[in-house]
Amino acid sequence: MFAYAVRRILIGLAMLVVMTLITFLLFMNNTTASVLASCGKNCQPEQKAIIAKTLGYDDPVYVQWGKFLKGVVAGRNFPDDPALVADHPELVAHCPAPCLGYSFKNSNFVWDVMKDAMWVSISIAVVAFAIWIIIGVLLGIIAALKRGTWIDKVIVGVTLVIFAFPTFFIGQLLYVFLAIKTGWFAIPSYTPIADGGVFTWLGGVILPAITLAVFYMAGYVRMTRAFVLETSTEDYIRTAQAKGLSARAVIGKHTFRAALTPIVTMAGMDLALVLGGAPITESVFNFNGLGKLAVTATREFDLPINIGIVVFLSAFVILANVVVDIAYAFIDPRVSVK
Amino acid sequence: MTNSDSRVVGEQLLHVNDLVVHFTTHDGIVKAVDGLTYNVARGQTLGIVGESGSGKSVSSLAILGLHRNTNAMVSGSINLGGVELLSLSDEDMRRKRGKDVAMIFQDPLSSLHPYYSVGAQIGEAFRVHNDVSKSEARKRAIDMLGLVGIPQPDRRVDDYPHQFSGGMRQRAMIAMALVNDPGLVIADEPTTALDVTVQAQILDLLQKLQREFNSAIIIITHDLGVVAEMADEVLVMYGGKAVENGPTKELLVHPQMPYTWGLLSSVPDVTADVNNKLKPIPGNPPSLLNPPGGCSFHPRCEFRDRVGGNTCATVIPVLESKTGDPNHTSRCHLKGPEDIYQAEVLADVAPATAGEEH
Repeated sequence: MFAYAVRRILIGLAMLVVMTLITFLLFMNNTTASVLASCGKNCQPEQKAIIAKTLGYDDPVYVQWGKFLKGVVAGRNFPDDPALVADHPELVAHCPAPCLGYSFKNSNFVWDVMKDAMWVSISIAVVAFAIWIIIGVLLGIIAALKRGTWIDKVIVGVTLVIFAFPTFFIGQLLYVFLAIKTGWFAIPSYTPIADGGVFTWLGGVILPAITLAVFYMAGYVRMTRAFVLETSTEDYIRTAQAKGLSARAVIGKHTFRAALTPIVTMAGMDLALVLGGAPITESVFNFNGLGKLAVTATREFDLPINIGIVVFLSAFVILANVVVDIAYAFIDPRVSVK
Repeated sequence: MTNSDSRVVGEQLLHVNDLVVHFTTHDGIVKAVDGLTYNVARGQTLGIVGESGSGKSVSSLAILGLHRNTNAMVSGSINLGGVELLSLSDEDMRRKRGKDVAMIFQDPLSSLHPYYSVGAQIGEAFRVHNDVSKSEARKRAIDMLGLVGIPQPDRRVDDYPHQFSGGMRQRAMIAMALVNDPGLVIADEPTTALDVTVQAQILDLLQKLQREFNSAIIIITHDLGVVAEMADEVLVMYGGKAVENGPTKELLVHPQMPYTWGLLSSVPDVTADVNNKLKPIPGNPPSLLNPPGGCSFHPRCEFRDRVGGNTCATVIPVLESKTGDPNHTSRCHLKGPEDIYQAEVLADVAPATAGEEH
């Protein structure tokens, strides 16, 4: 089991390195536009050259990639010039590990820009995930157990209708009616737990979280319902009944164990995706999360930020894959760990 | 075993009387079992033979009460050891399931839960009906696995079903069925999903355990070879009804009904003359939604013209003795079936043995 976990983690790391290479090849092959975007409209050739040298854009792509990797692991200097460090250390900015690059637009290191946004996105994602998993799976189970009745139809129908509404519509609806008109919820804003405690934090992110959750919920309701129904026709469920187990034990132990296992996979992947930011939800509620940051960076040609976010998001997805793989080896005895 | 001593061989255990199982569907009523009557005595084996859709499995699931809370309508009478099962409450029926009547299913791989160890599943079956600790149930599971011939049962008890071979899985299913020492075991095609080489071992094991536990067995099969080896009595089913019923040897040697003849003619015999022909039964099993009028086998019966008029298509034949043996009954309008079988059917498929019995 340990060797299996280590191997999965190593494969995950290798995938992440390949991911950064692909990202670099796509983004940094032509940096002229990025340099232009970095110094404005009336850019002199000398200025361009200085900026390109400072940001390391004058190196070939593979050298840039190598320096990026080194920065992530050990930190790096801007500009990366040993002679300048010796002569004029005050002109050199040191970016400590994990260094994801320097954003000229923000006049700041990418990691420092992302760090704040990251906690906003993680807060929304984790609360939304909890809501859609708990309620979605629960409703799916109820719909499956009440299959064909009006309860089933209402659950599946309502979640589907909500799913069909665009996120910005649901978001604004919740914002206007639940926060502004009725005042039942606090006006959404992000307060770190360290500053205002758990309840202030939760109250501030609950509406964006619900907005994000209802989008995923419909899928989980349908998926759970389908898996539970499919499992309940399996031969081993009939065996469990034939043993004389109560309906409660047959459903609670035998049906759910098999039906809910595939949901772990889906949940892991979906959580990774929302951790990387939810652009529309963050924009509607004006939360400065990774999603909103990615949109801004793209519009402003802030390539280092974009690379940082892509790498960050890939890391989440790869990590989720590794966790799901390892979790599966515990859940399903048929998954060979040798 | 605990209550085996009080069991008397030959004492009637199960009476199924005029059992009807109908399913309501969008297309109409599926008459899966339509007026089935049979008895099984303690220590005896009844073989139920028939094609897919003849109602053999459905009637057995009715004994376990597994049609409850479905779209099935069950009526008639199922009396097990003096208790009328159809009038029991759901909870009382549940207490009987696995304890007084247990089932061995066809495909042991899909019938065992993939996520629980074999020992846990056997132990669970024991703990439902016995107030024992987990470790006692585990010990019982090890004992049962040893009894059904799993080598090193104390180590294999923690294995998962996918780590067992097909034959071992079926042995584990048998261990699970017998863990509460039930009076009646229903084996639904227990060897169909297994290698031919393993089939005989499983049948031998069932027979050995039957002697040890003195339980009654209903073995459901479409394989007359299995019936010949295992069963004391045979019940041939067609279209949800019993069409022939009798002691095994008597029924196999003197079948009285064209459907049984068809089944016998379609069995290959390795020791027989290679010139003997295999004769499949023409046509398909009847629709249970709109069963044919009269005898449900008449559309496929090559002897229907021997019966005068349109009787086969209009009148349902009664189950009655044709041989003088009251235990051997059949459902057919043909006069003198014995002579027709010897002279025409047997002469056609196995010329060398025709007439030997006369």
